[in-house]
Amino acid sequence: MTATLDNKSDDLQPEPGQTIELHTDPSLPPVGLRQKPKWTPLSIALWIGIALIGALGWVMIAIVRGDEVNSIWFVAAAVGTFLIGYRFYSRFIERKLLKPDDRRATPAEILDNGKDFEPTDRRVLFGHHFAAIAGAGPLVGPVLAAQMGYLPGTMWIIFGVIVAGAVQDYLVLFFSMRRRGRSLGQMAREELGRFGGVAALIATLLIMAIILAVLALVVVNALAESPWGVFSIAMTIPIALFMGVYLRFLRPGRITEVSLIGVALLLLAIVSGGWVAETAWGVDIFTLDKVTIAWALIIYGFVASILPVWLLLAPRDYLSTFMKIGTILLLAVGIVIAQPVVQMPAVTEFAFNGQGPAFAGALFPFLFITIACGALSGFHSLIASGTTPKLIEKETQTRVIGYGGMLVESFVAIMALVAAITLDRSLYFAMNASAALTGGTAEGAAEFVNGLGAIGGQGVTADQLTAAAAAVGEESLVSRTGGAPTLAVGISNILNQIWQGSDLRAFWYHFAIMFEALFILTTVDAGTRVARFMLSDTLGNVNKRFRDPSWRIGAWISSIIVVAGWGSILIMGVTDPLGGINTLFPLFGIANQLLAAIALAVCVAIVCKKGLVKWVWIPGIPLVIDAIVTLTASYQKIFSPLPTLGYWAQNGTYREALANGETSLGAATSVEAMEAVVRNTTVQGTLSIIFATLVIIVLATAIWVSVRAVRAGGEKDTESDVEPSRMYAPVSLVATTEEKAVQKLWADRSK
Amino acid sequence: MGGQVEVSGATAAHGGTRASAAIGAIARAARGLRWYVRELMGDSRYERYVAHLAATHPGAPVPTERQFWRDRHAEEDANPSSRCC
Repeated sequence: MTATLDNKSDDLQPEPGQTIELHTDPSLPPVGLRQKPKWTPLSIALWIGIALIGALGWVMIAIVRGDEVNSIWFVAAAVGTFLIGYRFYSRFIERKLLKPDDRRATPAEILDNGKDFEPTDRRVLFGHHFAAIAGAGPLVGPVLAAQMGYLPGTMWIIFGVIVAGAVQDYLVLFFSMRRRGRSLGQMAREELGRFGGVAALIATLLIMAIILAVLALVVVNALAESPWGVFSIAMTIPIALFMGVYLRFLRPGRITEVSLIGVALLLLAIVSGGWVAETAWGVDIFTLDKVTIAWALIIYGFVASILPVWLLLAPRDYLSTFMKIGTILLLAVGIVIAQPVVQMPAVTEFAFNGQGPAFAGALFPFLFITIACGALSGFHSLIASGTTPKLIEKETQTRVIGYGGMLVESFVAIMALVAAITLDRSLYFAMNASAALTGGTAEGAAEFVNGLGAIGGQGVTADQLTAAAAAVGEESLVSRTGGAPTLAVGISNILNQIWQGSDLRAFWYHFAIMFEALFILTTVDAGTRVARFMLSDTLGNVNKRFRDPSWRIGAWISSIIVVAGWGSILIMGVTDPLGGINTLFPLFGIANQLLAAIALAVCVAIVCKKGLVKWVWIPGIPLVIDAIVTLTASYQKIFSPLPTLGYWAQNGTYREALANGETSLGAATSVEAMEAVVRNTTVQGTLSIIFATLVIIVLATAIWVSVRAVRAGGEKDTESDVEPSRMYAPVSLVATTEEKAVQKLWADRSK
Repeated sequence: MGGQVEVSGATAAHGGTRASAAIGAIARAARGLRWYVRELMGDSRYERYVAHLAATHPGAPVPTERQFWRDRHAEEDANPSSRCC
């Protein structure tokens, strides 16, 4: 049963079991197919099965609970719920709101230049898009959020991504594609006007600075006092340089070949790190304190951002893609084989009293702020606009790439959560409490954990903590905050069970640290470059020469400003007497969620202008959730009278103590340390105020623009002109029989 | 490889055809994996660019692979793209 639609016919949706052929030129085969599957007993049974698996997973983790929850139920709940969300909710959004039309040519088809605009196979583009959106955020956030128990985090990651994160990615990708691949910043200026656009630009720059600083802080905390880690991460630089030279001069274009060589060298670097850490000279040279590593990262970030792309950034990007996809697959297999038992309770008292050691604040709003990227990531809107939309073959493919890609990212977040909650609880809290609480010693950590009561687990001794560190080849794991080391211990426990009989925990721990550090360093490098260009562009308003990318001095000045921005926050974090991660991570989350608010506000404005106000709740619900969360968190960070939570309350306490002539207070044991607390809280409090103000400006502008558009019954579209498509590609990752037949028609035609 | 598969299929009756079908499936999967990795990592980018030039600008000078990658990296230098956190 088929029907045809030509370029002029009205829109028509297929009946169940029907295929509609889309034509733009009578002499060409169809440029698209619209199909609606018929419900057969088999497909009904399949979906009931999927629903039952998901439901069973939820029943086991949320209702049965028990003492020994098997982590496989997390996989079941996630996969079942994601498949249903993808099949039904994303399809609903496609039908009602976006209405993609494969008769319209995509920017990749219209502007095809074989380079940045190029129709790219959907399966390959899915991989590219996923590699670009997957970063350290969804790995670190869920690990920290585990202090509130496994259930709140799991629920927000799984339901949050379906109603918020994947929706944002899908909508931004689609709207950008309809506008020739415009960036989020350009769309904000067009939709929200000049004022909203400038607020969005400033917000983006500040957000980049915070995000780069916190990611760098995660690396510093993972490498401090770890000669093994420092050696193997340092080796990635010569390895990347070698790969760059190989590709430039020896064998251009042999990327897979050089990446395989690079990965082999990387594994060698991890193994030899263990040897080096056993020698006296190795320990002497590579045992570095936090401040030294922070300065090394700052210098590295500056040099890397002004070196040519081919020498360092591009080769490390290849390594990072390989490691990312490889490790994620390995971890998924590991969880299914090892099926580790969950150690963390479903909900801990930290969810309510807000006194958790990893970060302060109660479940609402700080769980949402901390998980950030795993459920909703503002940063994705920068990838979903600008890069990916220029490569899409057909409009209908945005669903699998935008919505589907984010579901996979969220699955990675669930795996990170599983790695953290299957750790021994005592060890988890000993690692994630700041040195201000543990004193940085195994004895202090044991005392702290045992003082937590039931949450801390069975109780622990200093010897047990030291033994746990020795098992992964480290001197100490106490106060290894930042999430990365905790995740690495979790991953090493899981992967170690794949090959039973041999203890490879030390290798897997450093393998996991390498995997995280690699893409954090890539993000730091690439982020510094992007921020530098945004800054150069802005400075171009003052002096036109800044707009010329070949003016090296201008590039250096902009780079120095950007690196100084994130570098100073990083130094502040590593020298913070109160801990660093626990005070800065909330700012990271707030910054990321603010970017999501900007992206969703732009989507709301676009939907209202299109006259689709009936469906404005699709981006509206996540926007409202996100705005409430971000603003409440900002409010508490600014106005809370509790010193552990409110930046200014902390600031006031220390000012008063200094004024009274006291020489120590809490974790700050000297006047200098107390002054540092005053300084740091001033910076953090000021940033919170700026962020909150920017969100309010962007939201107010978006509401004003939307109301105006709704009153006028819609506004002029900002979409690019329609051009008829003259190519064909299937909709989903796997082509249907009818789609394969059409592919064959096109293939025969080109012969 | 296809030739070898047929020979073994012809010599060993039923079991052979099943084996040859299995070998064929493995070969197809291996080819698919190779294609995917090359596309994802970018090995085939130059070939695609040459094909693109031939289709859209026949007769235009075709850069060498070395030059193609130099130009491409120069463009990335001038217009960086972001990675996610």
